[in-house]
Amino acid sequence: MTPVPAARKARAARWRRGLTGVIAFGVIAELLGVTGVIPRSVLPLTSTVLGHAVTLLGSGRFLADLAATVEAWAAGLAITIVIGVPAGVLLGSVPGVRVATRAVVEFLRPIPSVALILLVSLWLGPGLRMSVTLIVYGAIWPVLYNTMAGLDDVDPVAKETNRAFGFSALDTIRMVSLPSAAPFIATGVRLASSVAIILDIGAGYITGRVNGPGLGAFIADQSSGAGNLPVILAATIWAGILGLVLDRAIVYAERRLLRWNHLRLAGAGDTGS
Amino acid sequence: MSVMRVARELSRWVVLVVGVLLWQLWASGHHSPFFPPPSTILDRMYHLWFSGPASHVFFTANATGNLLPSIWRTLAGLAIATVIGVPLGIALGRSRAASEYLEPLLQFGRALPVVTLAPVFLALFKIGNQMEIATIAFGTIWPILLNTIDGAASVDPVQVETATAFRLTRAQRLTQLILPSALPKIFTGFRLSLSLALILMVFSELVGSSNGIGYEMLNAQNSFDLVELWCTIVVLGILGYLLNAILNGVQRLVLGWHRGARQVEAV
Repeated sequence: MTPVPAARKARAARWRRGLTGVIAFGVIAELLGVTGVIPRSVLPLTSTVLGHAVTLLGSGRFLADLAATVEAWAAGLAITIVIGVPAGVLLGSVPGVRVATRAVVEFLRPIPSVALILLVSLWLGPGLRMSVTLIVYGAIWPVLYNTMAGLDDVDPVAKETNRAFGFSALDTIRMVSLPSAAPFIATGVRLASSVAIILDIGAGYITGRVNGPGLGAFIADQSSGAGNLPVILAATIWAGILGLVLDRAIVYAERRLLRWNHLRLAGAGDTGS
Repeated sequence: MSVMRVARELSRWVVLVVGVLLWQLWASGHHSPFFPPPSTILDRMYHLWFSGPASHVFFTANATGNLLPSIWRTLAGLAIATVIGVPLGIALGRSRAASEYLEPLLQFGRALPVVTLAPVFLALFKIGNQMEIATIAFGTIWPILLNTIDGAASVDPVQVETATAFRLTRAQRLTQLILPSALPKIFTGFRLSLSLALILMVFSELVGSSNGIGYEMLNAQNSFDLVELWCTIVVLGILGYLLNAILNGVQRLVLGWHRGARQVEAV
């Protein structure tokens, strides 16, 4: 028999414990409901909710809503990256611009993007354009700030060396600063991703079905009727799973794109998740 | 030298001031209903909230009726998230087995877009403070909890062994080693939770409330009063700015000793 490597054994134990935790949670919630400690009208049984969760996968309308949410997320996040990273590079590498725009940024950033839902829905009208605008406004800050932080963290010697070899400032940004800042930017994108999901569902929920398909609209539909709590919870479970899957997708993309960085840091412990 | 400093200080505000002036000029020329001039917004803000009697520190009844409840709910939600999240996070961070059992549930809790739970909280708590505070607390606990776990788990093992060797009691180890080591991470969690708390405060007030900034916002939209809508947006920006400034102040006070307390923004 070949001995199982310790790392693999530890990972298997982690999986086992994690699974035990999830199952235990579900069983305890079910028992609390069955024995009447928590009335079913307050919190539906785990089994009821899971049953609805399975049924939802057979509903074309729910699947269309799920797809629409992913679509708005992807569009919003793509635009956020396209605007946020260059803006972060500009603010992070030109000190004058950073000082001059700091006051503007510090006043704009704290405005909760949910607060703009009503204004933007009046201005642009409901629909994908509205959702994407809100997502970009809310999600751009983590990308912007992390890009700036990443540029601050670049080894000055590496930059100077590159410059000494006669490369221009722009080349130095491309060859030294951006690759070095990439892990910071990736963290910013992960934070932006979770903001994007919240905003897309929140905007859909507040504006309702007129905003087009989406998980927010689905939950708004359901919550207008009484006794739909199990369905709402089932949809919430899928929303949580969607959040996890999209987060994992970003981590996976990061690992693929920044493979060199993970190799470089391999000795420094797990840098993922 | 000091002239340079004054010039630097001024340059910080130039873009903001020029931007507001341009907006003012553009808006007075275009009369767009969606982007009223800043002077109109400020004037309305004054009349709405800050033209009250001196005995109420110039707050109007509208301000005490809508701004204060929102602030109170935000702080109450954050306080509950902190009181539960930090001790639980430290306990889980120091126990590898416990955190492994709970990890998938915690990750799921963080990934859960808390806005989908608003109808659930509405059913559980009825409209009002309870429902809003529950939404804020439930949504903001995850960044605090997960960052505290991370901070408590990554305390330097050599330091822990040293503390044990010096026969520090459990309480001493907790207050003198683990808590201080975890604090920078805890503050990262706070910063994330703070902006989330404002989002959830507005959201829960839009969904179900009979007062608060979000409620006032909804009224303004229903009566197509865009100036008032802008007033609520500006006041939320100011509120967010102030809360962030307070957090920065506390962080400097508490973490001044921390060598690695660089200005890395985690947003």
